[in-house]
This record gives sequence, C-alpha cells and structure tokens, in this order.
Amino acid sequence: MKFKQWEGFNPLGEWTKEIDVRGFIQANYTPYEGDDSFLALPTEKTKKLWNEVLKLYEEERKKGVLDVDTKTPSAIDAYEAGYIDKDLEEIVGLQTDKPLKRAIMPNGGIKIVEKSCTAYGYEVDPETDYIYHNLRRTHNDGVFAVYTPDIRAARSSHLITGLPDGYGRGRIIGDYRRVALYGVDVLIEEKKRELDILDTDFTESIIREREEIHDQILALESLKKMAARYGFDISVPASNAKEAIQWLYFAYLGATKDQNGAAMSLGRTSTFLDIYIERDLKNGTLTEEQAQELMDHFVMKLRMIRFLRAPEYNELFSGDPVWVTESVGGMGVDGRTLVTKNSFRVLHTLTNLGPAPEPNLTILWSTRLPENFKKYTSKLSIQTSSIQYESDDLMRVTLGDDYGIACCVSAMKIGKQMQFFGARANLAKTLLYAINGGRDEKTGKQVTPKYQAITSEYLNYDEVMEKFDVMMDYVAKIYIKALNAIHYMHDKYSYEALEMALHDKEILRTMACGIAGLSVVADSLSAIKYAKVKVIRDETGLAVDYEVDGDFPKFGNDDDRVDEIAVEIVKTFMRKLQKYATYRNSKHTLSILTITSNVVYGKATGNTPDGRRAGEPFGPGANPLHGRDTNGAVAVMNSIAKLPYEYSEDGISYTFSITPSTLGKDLDTQVNNLIGLLDGYFKQTGHHINVNVFDRALLLDAMDHPEKYPQLTIRVSGYAVNFIKLTREQQLDVINRTIQEKF
Amino acid sequence: MQEEKNIQGRIHSFESLGAVDGPGLRFVVFMQGCHMRCQYCQNRDTWDMHSGTLYTAKDLIKKIMKYKNYIMPHGGVTISGGEPLLQASFLISLFQELKKEGVHTCIDTAGNLEITKEIASLIELTDLFLLDIKCINDKICIPLTGFSNKKELEFARYLSEHGKPMWIRQVLIPGITDIEDDLLQLKEFISTLKTVEKVEFLPYHNLGKFKWEKLRNSL
Repeated sequence: MKFKQWEGFNPLGEWTKEIDVRGFIQANYTPYEGDDSFLALPTEKTKKLWNEVLKLYEEERKKGVLDVDTKTPSAIDAYEAGYIDKDLEEIVGLQTDKPLKRAIMPNGGIKIVEKSCTAYGYEVDPETDYIYHNLRRTHNDGVFAVYTPDIRAARSSHLITGLPDGYGRGRIIGDYRRVALYGVDVLIEEKKRELDILDTDFTESIIREREEIHDQILALESLKKMAARYGFDISVPASNAKEAIQWLYFAYLGATKDQNGAAMSLGRTSTFLDIYIERDLKNGTLTEEQAQELMDHFVMKLRMIRFLRAPEYNELFSGDPVWVTESVGGMGVDGRTLVTKNSFRVLHTLTNLGPAPEPNLTILWSTRLPENFKKYTSKLSIQTSSIQYESDDLMRVTLGDDYGIACCVSAMKIGKQMQFFGARANLAKTLLYAINGGRDEKTGKQVTPKYQAITSEYLNYDEVMEKFDVMMDYVAKIYIKALNAIHYMHDKYSYEALEMALHDKEILRTMACGIAGLSVVADSLSAIKYAKVKVIRDETGLAVDYEVDGDFPKFGNDDDRVDEIAVEIVKTFMRKLQKYATYRNSKHTLSILTITSNVVYGKATGNTPDGRRAGEPFGPGANPLHGRDTNGAVAVMNSIAKLPYEYSEDGISYTFSITPSTLGKDLDTQVNNLIGLLDGYFKQTGHHINVNVFDRALLLDAMDHPEKYPQLTIRVSGYAVNFIKLTREQQLDVINRTIQEKF
Repeated sequence: MQEEKNIQGRIHSFESLGAVDGPGLRFVVFMQGCHMRCQYCQNRDTWDMHSGTLYTAKDLIKKIMKYKNYIMPHGGVTISGGEPLLQASFLISLFQELKKEGVHTCIDTAGNLEITKEIASLIELTDLFLLDIKCINDKICIPLTGFSNKKELEFARYLSEHGKPMWIRQVLIPGITDIEDDLLQLKEFISTLKTVEKVEFLPYHNLGKFKWEKLRNSL
C-alpha cells in the first residue's frame, strides 16, 4: 500500500503492507519525557463553544434528557448531520441531528426503550413500536425465549444481577485508529479477503462468521456515508492531524450510533494521534495552540455522547455513564515510554474545559514512566479527582503494549480481543443461600434446588465452607448458562458490526464474569472462623440474622488471616466458572468490580454473618466494607494487592479517597507523595486504583448546593461521575465511604 | 553485638504511613517515654516510661519492610515519640539494620539531652533530624516545658558541626511562643547553623486534648 497521506512517515515494519496500527506507532512515535510547560490555554473558539455546551448541559440537567427521537431506530447513517455551532466546531459529528438529542436503539430490547421514553415523558412512535413488537425480534426477547426457570429465579432473587440481557453489553473497543491510518476502503478490502478465507466447509460457525463479516462490510459502507453528510471522504487515509482526529472520531461516533453498549470505550488513541500532530508541527502547518484546540474540541464531543437509558439502569450505574475510556501512557515492550506530548494534551482538557467524568481518563502506570509525566498526572488527580490508574507493569506481561481499557478495568488488546460482558454474581447472597439451603433470606422462597440448610445454633467454619463451596458451584453453573444465552442472542440480534469491523478476523473472546460483595464474604467467613457467630432464625427456620460475639480480623487491614480467605474465594469461584463451557469457546475471566451497583446489591441482600445489616451497601469493587479498614490507606492497599490478578484478569478495582492535608502540606509534597503511593501500590502488584482527593465538607456542601458544583467530578469504582447527578443514596454512600485521613 | 540485637524498644504506636514527618512517605514509629513535660504536648500518652509495647529491632524491621514499596526510594522511617533519644541503644540496632536495607532514617526529637557516646553514634546513623525547638527564650521555655533550652541549642550546634541535615520545627502557641522578638532571635540562631534544610512552624492545635482528659480520668 502506498498513499500520499503517508508522506513523512517511517515505513519501517509491516504496517504499510497489512493492517498493523501498533507497527505504525512503534515506527513513528516520539516519546516525550519533558514537563507540562509547553501546554496551551484554551482558544477563544474553544471557550465560546464550551460555553454553549455548558448551557445545553444545564437545560439537560433540568429536564433529565434534552430531547429524544422516538421514531428513527438509531443506525450509523440514520441521521442528518448535526452541529452545536458549525462555525466554531473544529471537530464535527453528533449522534443524532441535534446536540444531546438521544436516539432509540430497539435492537437491544423494545421494552427498555419504551420504559426509558416513558420515564422522561416521551412515547415511542407507534409504527416503530409495532415493528419491534411484531416483526423484528430483539436481543432482550431472544434471551427470554431461552432462559430456564433456574436462571429466571437466580436473576429475580438478585443472586446474579446486572446482566446485559435488556441492554447493550458494550465493553468492545473498535480499533478506531484504523480508519484514520488506512481509510475505510482498505478496511473493506481486508474484510473481503477474510471472506475468501471463509470459503470452505460450510459449517455453522463458518456461515455465522461469513454473515458477520458481511454485516461488518455494510457497516463500513454506512460509516463512509455518514462522514460524507458532514462533507468528508473517509474512504482514504487522513492526511493531517485535524483529519486524523476527525476520522477517528467518526469511527467512534459510528459505533455509538450503532450500539447503546454499557461501556463504549475509545481505546488508546492519544499517542497514535501525536504522530500526526508532530508531523504537522514540523511542517509548520499546525501550532501548539491549534493542536490543543483540536484535542479540546475532540474531547468536548466525547463528553457529549448520550444514551437513552431506563431509570433502573441509572440506579445501577448512576450519572449517565458512557465509559468513553481513553488509556494514556504506559511503557513499550522495547523500554521506551509510550508517553507523548499528546498524552499531556488529552489530560490538559481537564484544565482547559474543567473536570468531567468523560472521557474516562485512565493512566497506564508504570514505575518507569517519565518522572515529569508522573508529576503531571498526580497534580491533575489532586486538582480534579478525575483520573484512574491501572498497572501497566502488570498488564504488559500478558497484553503487550497496545492494549486498552474497556469500561473501568477490563484490559484488551486493541482490535485483537473483545469480551462478553457478564456483570456479576452476588457472592454475599450466595453465602447466605449456603446457610439457608438455597432459600432466600428475605423472601423465604426456595430459589435454588433444595440443599440441606445449616441447623446448628452457632456457625461452624468447616461446615459453612463446605456448603458455600457447593452453592458457589451451583451459582457458577447458572451464571455461565445465563451468559451463554445472553451473548448468543446479542450476536444474533444486536451484533456490533462496526466495532467488530475494526477488529482482526481472529480474535480472543473472553467471558467476563464478576464478583460482588467480596469483602462482605471474607469478613463473614472470618467472623465465623475467629469469633462466635450465633444464628437467629425465624419461625420457619430461616436464618435471618446473626449475632457476632468477639472480634475478628477484617479485610482491608493487611491481616493475612482474613486476606487469605478473600484470595481463596476468588480462586475457588474462578475455578468453578472454568468448569462450565462457554459460548464461542470464550476464555473465562473474572473481575472484582461493582461500579456503583454495590449500593443496589447491598439493598437486595439480608443481614450477613459479619454484622452488616440488611440493605446496607457492599464495599465497591474490591474495597473493604465502609469503616472496617482501621489501619489506614496503605493497609487497605496491601490487602487488595494480595488478590490474585492471574485469577481476576478482568480487573480488581479499588476506590481510594484521601483528604488533601493527609497527602502533604503543600502541592509539591502532595504530588510527590501521591507518586510514592501509586508506585508503592503497583509494586505491591495492585491492579487498579481510583484516586479522589477532597474534603468531606466539600461533598456535603455539594449535596445541598448542586448549582455551585456543576463540574464536580469524583471517581467511583472504575469510572468517574458528576457528583450532583448521583442519587441522594449514592451521594451518601460516597460520603460515608472512608475518606482516608491517615495512610 | 549479638546481645545488642536483642535489646527491646518500648513503643507507643505506629503510623503505617505519614506524609508530614520528613521527606516522602514515611513509616512513623512513636516511642514510649519522655522526660520533658511540655504543657502543650499533643502526645501526652507517650510520657510514661514504663508502658508501651516491647519490640526487638528484628520484629520492628519485619513490620516496617511490609511497607518498603511505599517508603522507598523517596521516603523512609521516622522515629518520633515520646523522646526517641532516651532509647538510643535500641535505635542504634534498628538503624544499623535499616541502613543495610538502604532505608532513609529520621529522628523527631527535642534534643534536650546530653550528647553521650551512645547518642553520638545514633546521630551517625541518622540521615535527618526533625529538631523541635520549644522556645528560644529560656524565660518562656523553662515554665512551658520544665527544662532549659540550653541542651537543645547545643544539640543543634552539634548536628551543624557534624554535617547532619536538620529541619527546625517550632509550635506557635498564640501569646506564648509567637512573640516577635523571640522569633527574630530564633532566626538569628538558625542562621548560625550550617545544615538546616527547612524551618517549619506548626500551628498549635488541641487535637491532643482528649488524650490529656483521658489520662486525667484514669488517674
């Protein structure tokens, strides 16, 4: 391949011969070890445009949603071009024809669309409604057509919850960079070649793959048409920085028009884009101000991605999250840093446009990152609480140096790997079911087949463990059954054609299971083992409460006695899952991540043997239960770092909040100490950490005066939210969660 | 030597990481026992020379090294108190081990003691001193702390002469230790020292008040 758009690029390697974005990056990027002093302020244009967006936000906040198109099912090319203010926009493209106007995506499920519309005072167009109720089956209908009674029972009793059977699964990252580097036509040619390979025995899987690639080609054709409406021909490669950002954004935008995925992540794009920016800066066709302006406008667009979602969804994942996760930094396998000037620019949008939850800026941290970059990100964390960190040193071992984070903590090789998102199993409830022989502790209903319940007055550790093991096995089996059904139907009725068009033919699929309530289970088992736990039963013999006599080690205090229990649970549950065959032979993985759903899961779970009261939230992700960590932040970090990443490759999430004064007396000291803390945690083999730096008083004030804090952003288990968009319950959960006042 | 390793230290408590007592993130050990009687002491519960928990240097090192990923390479260990210098022989064996591990050592002291041979060798092993000057004006210092500042100031001069880095700290108690003339005199004194890296004035707070009350009630 040869394109005039590639003039000035180093053709070294295979990237000019086949699709190989990593090869292009490696041959062409310029590592940057300097500081942030080169960064430019926002231009007048940027300020004006951002002000217009803020006005739209304000209107949206008042109304819940700004506007909905209730007739046109969303598709890559379903809408006319839309603008905020055409003359001001350096990067263009909206999901529908108007800013913040939401589209319907009934392929996932028409009932959810109806619910979401009604919640905001809209009604689905009758004709569209008729089609999806009578003529076109949806993902949601498909799943429920095959669900078994045991899955339904586990689901409605909240043993397994948050399943993507009524909403888009997301967590697939298209390699949007391919569109900028190669142009769409090259990608279509490649897909046609793949079809040739699949011209062999027409087995079921070959036919399915052929149909999928056929759809991928259609999606790529659609993408070109959508860009053409905005006046761009993206069939050919991008010729400069502005086009590269625009092409890449079109590709991402197309994906968000095609899918309402639970997480629509961007990938790892800033260093890729830096190559184009560097070329233009050298040619003298771009200034630093203009480069920052392009990135500011790009990020503004990312901040405006919206999906129409039901209120129940927001209860689970509050604050309208999209998880436009952008992974920044990291080290290359050759030892050079992947930090470039554009890594700084994308982070600098937090300063130029103010803090925001989206894009979900994720630093791939290595202890070997350039000192200046460490300083810059730590400073921004302290000032904005908008950044999360994940261990590049841990992930690079298995994933190389061109992976990105989907959603919160799910690492995948870009364009070479995808996951079947599996929400999570409620292990705290599983433990209660083990004690009650499968009866629900709240309703008394027999949810699982009848197992023998524990009848003794005091709980015996070995007996509980034995029964818990059996119950975990049962849950694992039902869980995998449900996920297989979900992903079979998702592929069939709501296939992510565009995102998958931006993948290789041969990809690794993972079945990404999850755990909720880990610390509750660990503490409960610790209480049973090290203290005396008396069972309180109701008249039907159902264990409904527990009396704990004596003290016991609690997770989050760097105490091996209980931390080892937590480690063992993770390993055991993972091994249970691995026993059951998965759809498309996907690889079993596990995450310890709840996002904000720890509140909802807790609500659905009765009293637990650790003394936690019914309805109280779980700790988010791998966090200890609120207030149980009494030995300071570092002890918590050490406990969490013990959880084995090898058994939980889909991520282990820790949310950490600290007051500024604990971190040090002045900004310089605070920055250095945060670096020390991050280096330490990741050396200790921690995987993920959200960093919040604020005082409790600030949040309390924001609860009462939301209008004063339109952009107050805080990190919660794997992503960030606009604090004032949380429900009151969630706000209280965040405030009550330990804000560390000591290390 | 073998015997020395078995010396036990009397320890009040730990802070797994502190960010304000010396450079970087630090493991902070609060020693039990103090001979001074500062009326504004924020760790009143560390005075008693006989309470606390006994640790050998070896046990303590084990505890500290759990945090080595955080305290190295930019932070280290800070010994506070109580008055650390009262347990110099224990600290010598502790610091010898820490030096082998490459850990930065720091002592937070009032320096109000005779520089014995033992203390001199401890000073050798210490990378940084946080020297708490109570008040440069002895007329205030004596009633406030029960001691003259004479030894403190000598201690500072000794550190200076021996090239030991120090941070000078003083708590500002309104109306007592924030008199302008005294502070000017303190400034003059500090200017005669060659190894002062930092001067910190700590605001007076009554966060330690509950400790006094608790002790009073238990008497």
